[in-house]
Amino acid sequence: MKKPEHPFRFVTVSYITRIGNQSATNLGELRDGLEACSDASIFYHTFQSLGRYHFLTEGFSNEFAQWVLAALNSPMLAEQLSAPDIRAYLTLSELRTDLLSITDQYCRTYPEEVGRLAFEPFHFLESIEVTTPHTWEAWTLEEFRNWLQHLSNESFHYHFLVSRLRLALRTNDFSLWFENELGLKHLAQLTNRIDVYTNTLEGARAKLYSFIDRELAA
Amino acid sequence: MTVTKQEAHSISLDAYVPLLGAPEVDELRALAAQLSGRTVQMVNSTAMGGGVAEILNRLIPLMHELGLRPRWDVITGGEDFFEVTKAFHNALHGGPYVSRRENFEIFLATNEMNRQRLQFDCEFTVIHDPQPAALIEARTKQEGHWLWRCHIDLSKPNAEVWGFLRPFVYRYDGALFSSPEFARQLPIPQYLSYPCIDPLSEKNVELEPSVIQEVVERFGIDQSRPIITQISRFDRLKDPIGVVRAYQLVRRYMDCQLVLAGGSASDDPEGEIVLEEVRREAKDDPDIHLLNLPPWSATEINALQRASTIIVQKSLREGFGLTVTEALWKKKPVVASAVGGIPAQVIHKHTGLLVHSIEGAAYQIRYLLSNPSLAQKLGEQGHEHVRENFLITTNVKRYLTIFLHSLQHPQGMLT
Repeated sequence: MKKPEHPFRFVTVSYITRIGNQSATNLGELRDGLEACSDASIFYHTFQSLGRYHFLTEGFSNEFAQWVLAALNSPMLAEQLSAPDIRAYLTLSELRTDLLSITDQYCRTYPEEVGRLAFEPFHFLESIEVTTPHTWEAWTLEEFRNWLQHLSNESFHYHFLVSRLRLALRTNDFSLWFENELGLKHLAQLTNRIDVYTNTLEGARAKLYSFIDRELAA
Repeated sequence: MTVTKQEAHSISLDAYVPLLGAPEVDELRALAAQLSGRTVQMVNSTAMGGGVAEILNRLIPLMHELGLRPRWDVITGGEDFFEVTKAFHNALHGGPYVSRRENFEIFLATNEMNRQRLQFDCEFTVIHDPQPAALIEARTKQEGHWLWRCHIDLSKPNAEVWGFLRPFVYRYDGALFSSPEFARQLPIPQYLSYPCIDPLSEKNVELEPSVIQEVVERFGIDQSRPIITQISRFDRLKDPIGVVRAYQLVRRYMDCQLVLAGGSASDDPEGEIVLEEVRREAKDDPDIHLLNLPPWSATEINALQRASTIIVQKSLREGFGLTVTEALWKKKPVVASAVGGIPAQVIHKHTGLLVHSIEGAAYQIRYLLSNPSLAQKLGEQGHEHVRENFLITTNVKRYLTIFLHSLQHPQGMLT
């Protein structure tokens, strides 16, 4: 393990939700909304919803898919909209393009479903992110592990998942620091492979602790 | 009148650690550190009774403990003012309204009297609901941040009343609504602020099994058989008759009891009529328990919810539906109508089951009674959902975040 040139700086994040003026009462309006809504809205209903509902480890992927399933009763489209893994996206616009293309294709294949009224409307909401730096910083893996225990789920999610968009790399804040600053490439890879779809944030964190502990014991 | 910290209920933030975990509480402190010493003024129309006062009673001491300098002011007014604001309240909910010019004059005069009486010198001012909305007149300069927190459903307001209030609302920096369903198109930013419950309140705090047993036995309910419960006042919009019919459909195949427990109907003539209709529908079934509870029954409600196998909320219209939040917090599987704020709480097949009809409710109740492991899982996930999104501590965090965000926008507009 090499001596880092830069510490890991933890951040506190919290979100407020802005109510937009867009909503959908059928599939056609969902498609139009996906096209017109802000990136902050795509973020809210995908990246952030995965954090907000992290305790759902089976069958929940994003709020678009959930609405299509529960309010439109269209399991096939719901399944397709659940498929994009947000970890594969470096920008929200790429994610939007794929969600839109799936919805568009479905609307073309099943035009009779486009105008069918949903049980309840879908409201396009937006995330506003507020970050404040913590005073905590870690210069060693031990210190990192210690501060990690004090981090809230929301801030863990920010460093672990949301960071992918900020970094525009297929990695996260933790892995980047492990690899670049500590020279721990294997730990970085293991961390990056923790599945946020099938783990709660507590579960993901527990896995990270176990990887770190193994590294410290080695 | 100003409600002091001593009058508001003091429960230390540390008391929430066992429920939330230390990191969540630490993070609240970290966020609040950025706002240390900042002044906050909350203004509403009542110090006791009602959901807003209940929330402020907890919010103010928590903000104080976090190092902010919060103040809670309650507007005063004559009987005529509160009659007018009650009429406004019903009209904004889409109910009938008898147009009277003097209503607006009474409203403005009382707001003006309170504007002169109260001090408005805080960095953050949060005005709750329509009653004190015209206090925005106190903002003479573009100083401080003014928010309007609307706790009611504004989706289909009476045009005349909304037309009167709208110019005041437009002058705030932002508005907070309990659900996207309840918001309107406004030229100011609108934010989502879910209502919340306090897990340490009498209605939600953990109870000893002996307390639960005592309550259940007192009402003649058999704890050894499945209990289906709806907690709500006897109001047609809560569809108590629909609940009885759903129960009757379930009973064709499965043994269970039904508990319909709600507030006292003695001062509500329509409530008495509805209760009588429900009695008729129940047809002297000894397994249907209609409990007309007095307002001081928080422990009884808590115990009944905890004793239940399934909680139902089969409303035809609903506000946010805090009885659903309470049930989810108690890890109960919930079968509820997809109306009002319920879909935000019941994520279908994840934190409960959404229904759209009596038959649907009956089917889902049977399904859960036949699948106790699924029922348990829904209840546990529902509990987590509430822990993350609908507790008083989340409410505090949301306010802190809005305040921080507004400080990052020195022009005063929360965009």
